[in-house]
Amino acid sequence: MATVEPGRVRSGRSSEIGLLVLALALGIGAYALVGLSMEGRLPGNFYVLSGGMIALGSGMHLIIRWRAPFADPVILPIAVGLNGLGLAMIYRLDLANHLKGGDSELATKQLGWTALGMVAAVVVVWFLRDHRTLRRYTYTAMVVGLVLVALPLVPGLGQEINGARIWVGLGPATLQPAEFAKLVFAVFFAGYLVTNRDTLTLAGRKLLGMQLPRLRDLGPIIIVWLASLAILVFERDLGTSLLFFGMFVAMLYVATERISWVVIGLTLFGGGAIAAASSLAHVQGRFNGWLHAMDDEVFNKAFGGSGQLVRGLYGLANGGLFGTGWGEGRPDLVPYASSDFIVTSLGEELGLTGLLAILAMYLLFVERGMRIAIGTRDGFGKLLAGGIAFVVAWQVFVVVGGVTRVIPLTGLTMPFLAYGGSSLLANWIIVALMLRISDNARRPTPLPLRGGAREPEHDDDDTDDAVPAVRGDSPSDDETQVVRSVDVHDAGNPGSARRNPGTGTTETEIIGTVDR
Amino acid sequence: MNVPIRRVAIVMLAMFLVLMAATTWIQYVQASSLNNDPRNVRTLYREYGNNRGSIVVGGEEIALSTPVEDVFGYQRSYTNGELYAPLTGYYSVVYGRSALERSANGYLNGSSDSLWWSRVQNLISGEDPQGSSVELTIDPAAQQAAWDALGNQRGAVVALDPATGAVLAMVSKPSYDPNLLAGHTSADVTDAWNTLQSDEGDPLVNRAIAGNTYPPGSTFKLVTAAAALENGTVDADTLIDAPDQLQLPQSSSVLRNFGGSTCSGSGTMTLADALRISCNTAFGQLGIDVGDDALAEQAEKFGFGSELSIPMRVTPSRFPTGPEGKGLDGAQTALSSIGQFEVAVTPLQMAMVSAAIANDGELMTPYLIQQVRTPDLDVAFEASPSEFSTPISSETATALSEMMVGVVRDGTGTAAQISGVQVAGKTGTAENREDAPPHAWFTGFAPADDPQVVVAVVIENGGDAGSEATGGRLAAPIARSVMEAVVSR
Repeated sequence: MATVEPGRVRSGRSSEIGLLVLALALGIGAYALVGLSMEGRLPGNFYVLSGGMIALGSGMHLIIRWRAPFADPVILPIAVGLNGLGLAMIYRLDLANHLKGGDSELATKQLGWTALGMVAAVVVVWFLRDHRTLRRYTYTAMVVGLVLVALPLVPGLGQEINGARIWVGLGPATLQPAEFAKLVFAVFFAGYLVTNRDTLTLAGRKLLGMQLPRLRDLGPIIIVWLASLAILVFERDLGTSLLFFGMFVAMLYVATERISWVVIGLTLFGGGAIAAASSLAHVQGRFNGWLHAMDDEVFNKAFGGSGQLVRGLYGLANGGLFGTGWGEGRPDLVPYASSDFIVTSLGEELGLTGLLAILAMYLLFVERGMRIAIGTRDGFGKLLAGGIAFVVAWQVFVVVGGVTRVIPLTGLTMPFLAYGGSSLLANWIIVALMLRISDNARRPTPLPLRGGAREPEHDDDDTDDAVPAVRGDSPSDDETQVVRSVDVHDAGNPGSARRNPGTGTTETEIIGTVDR
Repeated sequence: MNVPIRRVAIVMLAMFLVLMAATTWIQYVQASSLNNDPRNVRTLYREYGNNRGSIVVGGEEIALSTPVEDVFGYQRSYTNGELYAPLTGYYSVVYGRSALERSANGYLNGSSDSLWWSRVQNLISGEDPQGSSVELTIDPAAQQAAWDALGNQRGAVVALDPATGAVLAMVSKPSYDPNLLAGHTSADVTDAWNTLQSDEGDPLVNRAIAGNTYPPGSTFKLVTAAAALENGTVDADTLIDAPDQLQLPQSSSVLRNFGGSTCSGSGTMTLADALRISCNTAFGQLGIDVGDDALAEQAEKFGFGSELSIPMRVTPSRFPTGPEGKGLDGAQTALSSIGQFEVAVTPLQMAMVSAAIANDGELMTPYLIQQVRTPDLDVAFEASPSEFSTPISSETATALSEMMVGVVRDGTGTAAQISGVQVAGKTGTAENREDAPPHAWFTGFAPADDPQVVVAVVIENGGDAGSEATGGRLAAPIARSVMEAVVSR
C-alpha cells in the first residue's frame, strides 16, 4: 500500500479565507446598505461592528487553522455569511421599529449572541479533539435531552409566549432549550443507533417486502415518539416535535438502511399529528390557517388565523424577482419579521433572486455536512454528521415550507438568520461539530501507516462495530469501522491522537490489525 | 452507511428544490395577485410612501409631498387648502383619496401608462420613483374672486373658458382643509374626519359637480328658449303668450309669475323680453308648445344625462322623463320649462349651457388638467380641447346671446354689469322646499361679443338674503366678480 504524503492533502484553509472574505463582505455590505438606504449614512457604529465581525470570523479561521487544519473550508464561510445577512436584516427591522417610535435593539443583542456562539464554537473545536469522545455520553445525552425538553414545563421556570410553552426564563434572558436538545439528541441517536444498528437492521420478520423490526426493538423509537408527542401536546410546539422526530427517522434510516423504519416512523408521527390536529385547538388552527389561508374569515381571526402567514406572503410578493433592496421594503409589516418570518423579510428586500441564493447557501451547507458524513471513517461520526446536517436541512424546510405554505406554519427559527440566542448558539455548536468531524475525516489517513505506527497499543476493543464487516458493508466503511472502534476507546486518551509538530498533521495510533 | 447517507442527501436536495419552487411560485407567479389583494396594506404603504407629484395652479403648488421621518417617508400638504379642496380633494392614509388626488392618481404617483418612459429612466438611474406634477387650468384670480364673493354662503361657482372647455374656477362652500385628513396620526385624522362628516354643511361635498343636484329655476329658460329657437317656430322677436297666470293643463293649479306680478299688460311679449324679465307663464306656455320630447332632447344635447369626467366624475344632470319614462303631462312640462318640477342640475351643467351659447353653439368638453410634467419636466400629457356636442346652431347661439345681454343690460341680471364690458347672463330663483328660501342662480358670460369666461353660480337657500333672495340680487354680483377677474387680466 502506498504511503500517503501528508502534504498531498489540501487543507482547504486558503479556500476558507477566500470564501470568508466574501461572506464577511456580504454581511458587512448588507449592513452598510441598510444604513445608507434608511438613514442616508453608514450606521453609527459601522466600523466597530464590522471590525468585530471581521475579528470574530478571522479569529475563528485562525483557530481552525491551528486546531482543525483539515476541516471543511465551506462550513465556516457559509455560517458567517448567513449570520451576517441575518444581523443586517435584524438591524434594518430595528431601524423600522425606531421610525415607529420604538427602541428595539435586537441587532445589538443578536451580535452579542453571535459572538457568544462563535466563541462557543471555538471552545468546542479547541477542546473536543475527537468527536468520538461524545459517544461515551450517549445515554447521558438522552437524559440531558429529555430534561432540556421538559424544562419549559417546570413551573416558575418555563414561560409561555404566544401559546407555545417552549421558553425558559434565566435571569434577563429567555432560552429555548429545545434548540440545545436538538444537539444532544443528535449525539444520543448517533450513539444509540451505531451500537444497535444490527439488531434494528437484521432482526424481525418480513412483510410486504419490508423488514419489520421486533417489538422489543421498538422501545427507543416509541420513547422518542412519545417525547415528540408530549412536546406537541404539553408545550404546543408543532415545529420542535416535527424536528426531533424527523431527525430520528432520518438517522434511523441511515443507520439501518431499512425503509420500514421510515414508514413506521412516518406512520406513527402522521397518526399522532392527525390525532393532535383533530383534538388540539392550536394544531387545528395551524392546519386551518394553512389550508384556508386566503379565506377572509381565517385571515381576520384575531388569534390563530392565517393573518401572519398571508402578510408574509404579501411581503414575498412585494419583493418579486429582484426585491425592493435593503431598507426599501416593508418587512416590518409582518409580525415576528426578525425571527419566525425573517425569510419573508429577506425575500421582500432581496427578492426571489436573493432568497434562492440564500437557500442555495443552506443547501451547500447541509450537503457539505452529508459529504463529511460520507468521508468520515467511523459510524458514530457518520451518524452524527449526517444527523446534524439533516436536522439543519429539515429545520430550513420546516421554516421556509411553513412561510411559503408548503406545510403548516410552525414556530421554528431559521438557523443563523433568525433572531434568537438559543438557536444561534446551538447552530454555531453544530458548525463546530461539523468542523471537528470533517477535520477528522479529511485528515490524511493514518491507515497506510499502520505498519509503521509508533507505540502500538494493545487493543481490547469489544464493541460491536466490527459486525458490519461481517455483514459485508462497503469495504471502506468496514475498514474504518474497525479502526474507529478502536479509537472510540482511546479518544479521551492523549496518546491516541497525537499532533505531529513536524507536519502539522495528527497521527492516529493504530492498534491491532484490520481483520477482514 | 454511505448508501443511505447519499439517499438522504438526495432527499435533502429534493426538499430544497420544493422550497425553491414554492418561493418562485409566490414571488413570481402569484406576486401580482398577492400585490393586488385588497387586504394587503403594503400596497397602501407603498402608495402613501410615494414621492407624489404636486398639483399646480398658476405656477404655485397647491398640493405637494415633502419628505418626513416616519414610516411613510412623505407628507402630503396643501397650500390654501380650503380654497382648492374641491379640486385637490384629500389624500388620507385612513380614508383614501378624493377628487384629483383620486382621479389623477396615476399621474401623481407615476403609475400612469403615459409615464412609462419616466419609470424606465428611474429604473436605470436607480432613483426613487417620483410622481408627475399636474398643472390645472384654474385661473387663481378667478378662483380667489369666486371664493371671496361667495363669502360664508353655501353654494358653488364654476367658471369655464367657452372656447376650450378649460375650467377656470371651481369653488364650493363650505369647504374644508385637506391638511387635516393628510396627517399620519390615525387618531387625529379620524377626529377631523368625524367632525367633517357630522358637519351639516357637508364640507366634503363638491357642490359644483358632485353635490345634490339643484333645481335650476329660471336659468333653465335658456334651454327652453334654445329648444324653441331650434324648432324654428319662434325667433327672438316673436310675440308669445305671457298671461298673468297660466292654467296648467290636466290640472287644477295655475302657474304664476315671480311675486305674482304681471309680465305684460297686453298678455303677449317678445321672446327676448320674456327672457329679459324671466316671465314664468310665457316660458311655461312655450315649453308646452315645444313639447317635453323636444325639451328633453335639447337638454340632452347640452349634456344632461351624460357621464362626464373632468377627470373627477360629474353627477349627470337630469331632465325628467315622467313616470316610468312615458313622458310628461302638460303641467309637468310647463313646470319643467322654467326649471322646476324634477329638473336637477349641477352648476357645471348650467355653465356648459352658457358655454355653448357663448361659443357659437359649439359645446367644448370641460377639463381641469392642462398639463402633466414628469420630474424631469418632460410634458407627459397636454390637454387638447375637444368638442362635446353642438347643441344649437350658430344662429340660435347668436340670438340667445343677444337676449342674455338684454337680461344684464336692463332685465333681472343688472347686478352682473361690468363697466366697459358687455355681459350676457340669466338669473334664476329656484324653489326647492316649501319651508326654505329659494336657491339663487346666475349663469352668463363676458365679454358678450368675444366670450372669454362663462360662469355659473348657485347659492343655496337664499344665502345671506334669506327669503328675499333672487338670482339677480344674490348670484349675479358673484358672477360679476369672477368674470371681472378674468376679463380684466
